[in-house]
Amino acid sequence: MLSTALAIAFGLVTAALALTLWRLLRGPDEPDRILALDTLYVNSIALLVLLGIHLSSELYFEAAILIAMMGFVGTVALCKYLLRGDIIE
Amino acid sequence: MVSFCPPRSSVFITEFNRMNLPLVILTPFIGAALTAWAARFGARRTAWVAGGMTLLALIILAPTLTAPFKGEVIIQRWSWIPQAGVDLAFRFDGLALLFTTMILGIGLLVILYARYYLSDDAQNPKPGMGRFYAYLLLFMGSMLGVVLSENLIVLLIFWEMTSLSSFLLISYSYQGKEARQGARMALTVTGLGGLALLGGFMLLGKMAGSYELSVILAQGDVIRADPLYTPMLVLILIGAFTKSAQFPFHFWLPRAMAAPTPVSAYLHSATLVKAGIFLLARLFPVLSGTPEWSWLVIGAGLSTLLIGAWFALFKHDLKGLLAYSTISHLGLITLLFGLATPLAAVAGLFHIINHATFKASLFMAAGIIDHECGTRDMRRINGLWKFMPYTATLAMVAAASMAGVPLFNGFLSKEMFFAETTDFFSDRPWGWMLPTLVALAGVLAVAYSLRFIHDVFFNGDPINLPKTPHEPPFWMKVPAEILVGICVLVGMFPAMTVAWPLKVAATSVLQAPPPRFDLAIWHGFNLPLLMSLIALFGGLLVYSARKPLFRQANRLEGVLDAGAYYDSIVRTVAGFATALTNALDRGSLQRLMVVFVVSVIAMGLAGALGSGSPLTGPRALLAADAVSVFIALALIVVTLATLILHHRRLTALVVVGALGLLVALIFVKFSAPDLALTQLSVEVVTIVLLLLALYFLPQRSPRESSRPRRIRDTVLALLAGGSAGALTWAMLTRPHESISSFFLENSVPGGGGTNVVNVILVDFRGYDTLGEISVLALAGLGIYAMLKDLELTGLARDARGRAWNWDAHPSIMAALTRLLLPLALLVSVFIFLRGHNQPGGGFIAGLITAVALIMQYLTNGVAWTHQRMSDNMHPLIGAGLLIATVTGLVSILLGYPFLTSTFTHIHWPVVGDFELASAMAFDLGVFLVVVGATLLILIHLGLMHDASHPDPKLQQEPR
Repeated sequence: MLSTALAIAFGLVTAALALTLWRLLRGPDEPDRILALDTLYVNSIALLVLLGIHLSSELYFEAAILIAMMGFVGTVALCKYLLRGDIIE
Repeated sequence: MVSFCPPRSSVFITEFNRMNLPLVILTPFIGAALTAWAARFGARRTAWVAGGMTLLALIILAPTLTAPFKGEVIIQRWSWIPQAGVDLAFRFDGLALLFTTMILGIGLLVILYARYYLSDDAQNPKPGMGRFYAYLLLFMGSMLGVVLSENLIVLLIFWEMTSLSSFLLISYSYQGKEARQGARMALTVTGLGGLALLGGFMLLGKMAGSYELSVILAQGDVIRADPLYTPMLVLILIGAFTKSAQFPFHFWLPRAMAAPTPVSAYLHSATLVKAGIFLLARLFPVLSGTPEWSWLVIGAGLSTLLIGAWFALFKHDLKGLLAYSTISHLGLITLLFGLATPLAAVAGLFHIINHATFKASLFMAAGIIDHECGTRDMRRINGLWKFMPYTATLAMVAAASMAGVPLFNGFLSKEMFFAETTDFFSDRPWGWMLPTLVALAGVLAVAYSLRFIHDVFFNGDPINLPKTPHEPPFWMKVPAEILVGICVLVGMFPAMTVAWPLKVAATSVLQAPPPRFDLAIWHGFNLPLLMSLIALFGGLLVYSARKPLFRQANRLEGVLDAGAYYDSIVRTVAGFATALTNALDRGSLQRLMVVFVVSVIAMGLAGALGSGSPLTGPRALLAADAVSVFIALALIVVTLATLILHHRRLTALVVVGALGLLVALIFVKFSAPDLALTQLSVEVVTIVLLLLALYFLPQRSPRESSRPRRIRDTVLALLAGGSAGALTWAMLTRPHESISSFFLENSVPGGGGTNVVNVILVDFRGYDTLGEISVLALAGLGIYAMLKDLELTGLARDARGRAWNWDAHPSIMAALTRLLLPLALLVSVFIFLRGHNQPGGGFIAGLITAVALIMQYLTNGVAWTHQRMSDNMHPLIGAGLLIATVTGLVSILLGYPFLTSTFTHIHWPVVGDFELASAMAFDLGVFLVVVGATLLILIHLGLMHDASHPDPKLQQEPR
């Protein structure tokens, strides 16, 4: 049961990754790309958690936590740049 | 390689457990630091400290002073690099006794003399006495190291240190071009000699099976029979001859006269130039006695003796005369060692003592004259007898000793010298040549000594002197008085004064009791006495015929100037190097990259095609799952996109962010969680850094390359990338034994951690990590120094020409991130604490903390953050480095090598079992440095913006 669910989830998350990547490359504008990058972070977290369940390992969760944290800061910095140009003021 | 075998039984060796010899060497070095510090309290105290430290070295030496007289050789040893046969071993025997007393004794006199010489120097209103004495003591310590070393490699290290410290001394008046050039020439020549000497010592150590003098000195026969004896001898002699200014390396010494006179008095009488001769004496029992030795050493000595004496006569500069006479006397001593008879060695040692005393006092007298007259030109300095009869008497006695006039010490050793040269070749057909040439040198020596006396103190009146000369202050004369006193005492009562120390020194030079020698003024009427008489009267004759000789010399000036040859060689070599560099590097980075990439591809292809092995190795391929394949494909697509989009800089940055994420995912998938964590943290820091820079940069990169060039670069890039890919493929498809298994096996037993990456960082390669965090700290401070108070104008409008948003710190975001800070710090602590056993560690934790804090700067602003947190990161960085270093030092204190790690498990009531490793303290140091340096760099980059927000109105919400 779990393996079937996992297979479906992997497929869906990978598809989400592919679509987000398309948005990242396609644009058309900078906010679209930044949003795509942020979604890419979220997708990666999902992928890592799935991988952890699949391999019954906790090793992947730190990476997921860190992506959540770091991805957020990256997105904030990029958005701040769009709004103000100067990010540390 | 090293085996300590007992030396010859005739010498009795005691191994003292005391450590006074290294302390004697160390004292001047400590003194150098002390005097540099004491300089702020005035010149007199500086001199007192310098003199005091020299005296202290003498006092520390005192308990061992008597040992050589009892026939003992003292050896003190500490293990240093036993694998290479290098021990910190020191030796005190008769030869060392002779030289240490000269170095410390004359050093003391020079310190006293310099105190008055430098105090009111007209050319240097601020003489920088602390610097002078510090250099002098550095030199003294290095010189003591040379003469007290037992191990040849240690000796070489001190040898090079004498080159360096004499460079500093000669270039003391660095404002003058002459001083800089003279110092550079001395360093080049003696440095070259040091390199040759290293080669010679390596060969010698290989032949003897040890670098220890006690072992080497006992194996003269083995070494002389070795097939590599001649190259070894030549290398060592180059070292000795460059240092002792022997022809054809003599030219640096006159140029080194640009140094202040006290330096000349010290370096060119008793110490620096005697180091080469010391080496000849030290290795005398091992190297001497072969035809090669005789030819080389006698040849160099004789030509130096004659050339020095000839040029000395024609120098109008007082110090120039003394410089060339020094060269000549060094040649004389070298010649004596070249003769290789025991008695000649005794005479050589004797002349070392005598030359040191009379030459040091002559230099001091020359310094006094220079000081009082304001010039050293003997064509202008005349008739000083009327102005300073006392100094004149001192100088005349010393000059007479230099000339070899009876009743002064120079006469005794010169007569021994004459006797040895007459004996040496007496049974050969051309045997009369050597005594004749030597007598000719004697004639010239008398002539230039006479010139020093007559031209300076008599010969009419002074011509157009800048100052009116008078007697110098009392204490300035004292050092010269003492030295001249020794000249006279030794000259009149040689058997009572110098005979015993000379015998002791000769014993250690010869490694056997010396032959009986008789130090007396009168030996009856014999050939040496005849030569002395010829020299005296011939010298008088030559000096009286000086005018036509000077005219002749003026015409020949510059014809035989070895310094000019040296200059032209240096110019040619430098010109060749410049031409070659310019041919290879035309200042174009692209060109260099092309050359580099093409040659790497060519060499790689040649190797791969030449080996004939297939591209794919025998290892079975692993199955690839769909997700991994997808991520790999995504990575390729995004990389290509970065390439296409790179002209739009912000877009490229966003895409690169995605690239970093994908790489991190691949790291996670292939079991490198540490790398993934590091990659993620570095990624964000990089984005912040690039955004900060991008604010001041154009938003688009212009297209600059021409079309053919782009095609060429594309082809090259494809070739290079394809090659790297093929190489990786070939590597990964072959069974591969890496060193990682060692780390995997030893991580828990050796470092007490299951996270191999972290254990490698803080334990196995802790020393590397210490170096890396030091570099990081330095880079942070360097960037801080460059950015400090720098203000740049940023963009007034965004890329589309719109005004920036008015709201610098949106309040929802600000409030949200304040809440996130403790959580982020908690993650950081968690990652730090578990780092030793599971993915994490100080470096990653440091980056996380830095990012968490930067988030506050981003959303709440610099002002808000700095109200709550210090903006001074320097203490943090300092503390980090200190903690890391102290952790390493503690293990030394406990008797383990630097940075040895230890660990223990403790049980805490609530937390449970907890491992405490000393490496964690080290990791804490890493953590602090990373946090400090990252914040320091990013915040100061951010603070450059000031000029771009001049209008506070823009900060207000529009109404």
